[in-house]
Amino acid sequence: MRTAPDTADAKSIAAAIRRSQTRERLRSFGLATPLLVLLLLSFGIPIAILLSRAIYDPTIANALPRTSVAMQSWSGNGIPDDETFNALAADLKANQQQGNISEFAKSLNARLPGARSQILKTARALDKEGVSDPASVVKSVPFWTSPATWSTIENGRHALTSFYLLSAVDLRWTADGSLERVPPEQAIFLRVFARTFLVAATVTLATLILGFPLAYLISSVPKTVGAILIIAVLLPFWTSILVRTAAWTVLLQKFGLVNDVLLWLGVTGTRLDLMYSRVGLIIAMTHIQLPFTLLPIYSVMRTIQPSQMRAAYSLGGRPLTSFLRVYLPQVVPGIMAGCLLTFILCLGYYITPALIGGAGDQLISNFIANYVNVELNWEMAAALSFILLVFTMALYAVFARVLGLDRLKPV
Amino acid sequence: MTVTVQTTRQMDATAASRPNTEAERFVEFIDVEKSYDGRTFAVTRLNMHVAKGEFLTLLGPSGSGKTTTLNMLAGFERPTHGSITLNGQPVDRLPPYERNIGMVFQNYALFPHMTVEENVAFPLSVRKFSKTETTQRVHKALDMIQLRKFGDRRPGQLSGGQQQRVALARALVFEPSLVLMDEPLGALDKKLREHMQLEIKQLHSMLGVTIVYVTHDQSEALTMSDRVAVFNNGGIAQIGTPDSLYTQPANPFVASFIGENNTLEGVVDHVSGTECQVSLTGGGRIRATPIDLEGQGTACLVALRPECIQIARSGTNDNAFEATVEGRIYLGDHLRLLARLQNGQLLTVKVSPETMMITGETISLGWSQRDCRAFPTQ
Repeated sequence: MRTAPDTADAKSIAAAIRRSQTRERLRSFGLATPLLVLLLLSFGIPIAILLSRAIYDPTIANALPRTSVAMQSWSGNGIPDDETFNALAADLKANQQQGNISEFAKSLNARLPGARSQILKTARALDKEGVSDPASVVKSVPFWTSPATWSTIENGRHALTSFYLLSAVDLRWTADGSLERVPPEQAIFLRVFARTFLVAATVTLATLILGFPLAYLISSVPKTVGAILIIAVLLPFWTSILVRTAAWTVLLQKFGLVNDVLLWLGVTGTRLDLMYSRVGLIIAMTHIQLPFTLLPIYSVMRTIQPSQMRAAYSLGGRPLTSFLRVYLPQVVPGIMAGCLLTFILCLGYYITPALIGGAGDQLISNFIANYVNVELNWEMAAALSFILLVFTMALYAVFARVLGLDRLKPV
Repeated sequence: MTVTVQTTRQMDATAASRPNTEAERFVEFIDVEKSYDGRTFAVTRLNMHVAKGEFLTLLGPSGSGKTTTLNMLAGFERPTHGSITLNGQPVDRLPPYERNIGMVFQNYALFPHMTVEENVAFPLSVRKFSKTETTQRVHKALDMIQLRKFGDRRPGQLSGGQQQRVALARALVFEPSLVLMDEPLGALDKKLREHMQLEIKQLHSMLGVTIVYVTHDQSEALTMSDRVAVFNNGGIAQIGTPDSLYTQPANPFVASFIGENNTLEGVVDHVSGTECQVSLTGGGRIRATPIDLEGQGTACLVALRPECIQIARSGTNDNAFEATVEGRIYLGDHLRLLARLQNGQLLTVKVSPETMMITGETISLGWSQRDCRAFPTQ
């Protein structure tokens, strides 16, 4: 190789190369800009706004501006002074007159069950003609003289809150400022998270057990047969997930085809409850997820030359040894990619558990949807989404670290 | 890959010559046939033996059955008829992993997820060798191919030639008595290929191992082998030492496949012992050596090597013809003349590069009767 004649020249050449590379990079980045902008506007920003609601809830602070100011001097123990009660009465009256009271009532009710009716009742009483001592009107309602009420307001009057995130993992602040588990009858989310991960893991395992031999078959038969098999795998892929789920409800119901066949074969004596059960849910999810696990495995298997196994045999490797030591390690990147894909997709399943799963089979997405659509508690929905996102990313990071991301690249 | 059933006299002839000693019959194919679909045959009635320590090359165009033959010996394919013995024992029922035969593949077939050392250790570890013995043998094998310091690398980090040497070491490390090579140098460039030919040849003589080598490159076959089996249409067209194949081809296929030949068509005038006279199509008579010629009136092909033709001023040869130079190709170590005979036949003549010839010049060509072989037209 020829070297540059002197260092000054070499430096200017190096600078020129750098300049041209930078230009090249900027140009390719420029081509991707429309997509990046679209992603940012339609995906990144909305998600960030939604997730921020998990920790930023200004409803109470907005509803009680006077009370917030008055409470700054409060010690935090027991109930505050009369000045604060006057401020609260003024705030409640203002809310009632502006029509904001139900929003505030709902927000406090989410933190303190039963608060809603008390607030609405007090607000109506304050709004009546000829109330001379608003503070005593408030105090006459026992709800307002309970320390729990005031500690909840104290927590809520700061717009930044950890309440929802802690609730999402079944924790809460006690009145004396330490963390505690919520009572068992209210603790549902950790169980739902565990259920979601269990269902996702089961479905992933099932798709691997069914998909691996099929991928092997497709990669080893002649091309034309393989193409037909691939189409058979992909065909359901082209119908909407809703249609496939609906089809499974037809098949799995008590007097459906699956039960008919099982009964006819004598596998079972009575009709099984496959609908609204964990088994039915896993069957349907496995069917829907099979191509996601199978295709990455198949694409890796296709690149492995038949001579690899022949070489292993000729060197004295028995079929099982050769498979385990030569074939399988080369397929591992495909298995990992396929399983990771299926597992992560399963964590977010919504339609299938909603239609096929029973009450005890609802996954975390169903709860998130419920908070968004029915309860209108977007803060809780955001908190659950955030926890799910963190779990998923942590899992991905562990995968990437343990297996090495470079192994996901073809050799 | 397949041809319809046919038998030739050459195959019958090879079947008859069965060697007597065990060592000469180290590997033996007895009436082996292979068909994939029951109608056409990839290999037909193959009878062949390989002596212990021999370097035998299976040479032939693609689809001639040489790779199928090798795969049957390795155990990847089963003969549909006949039997293969190794060291006197039939191996037809032995799976490949019990045959103890080393194999080198065209695409190397190194295991990409293992290091060079792990690759070479694989045959030892599946045989449950001890750790020290394995290390010792792997190091010895890597020393042999001069790649000891690349032991920690992955095959993907090596050049083609280095990968092929690792494949060699892996096939030899468990000291098999028989090593099969399926076009092992096919993916290498010319210079590296020639270097590797020498290296394989050295390993062969150093280790005394028996090698069956498949190639479609005739110069590779001639360079490396003790004997060459020329395959055509699923059977052996001729088997013999490189020089016997070159100087005494038994049929037109071998004559044209090995080296270069001028082919002249004609009809036999008469045959007497080791001599015959042929009337060429388009005029002229030549004297040639008859191979399996029936007698007068038989259509025949006469094969004549370009280097056997001399340029002579007077007709001192058995055969002498006038020709016109139509072209000259300079090839460094020799000069190739295209000369047109008066009967219209174009001959290629190989002469020394100093020969002064110009296009259009009339020259007289001559060659010995012994150098041109007349075969019946098939």
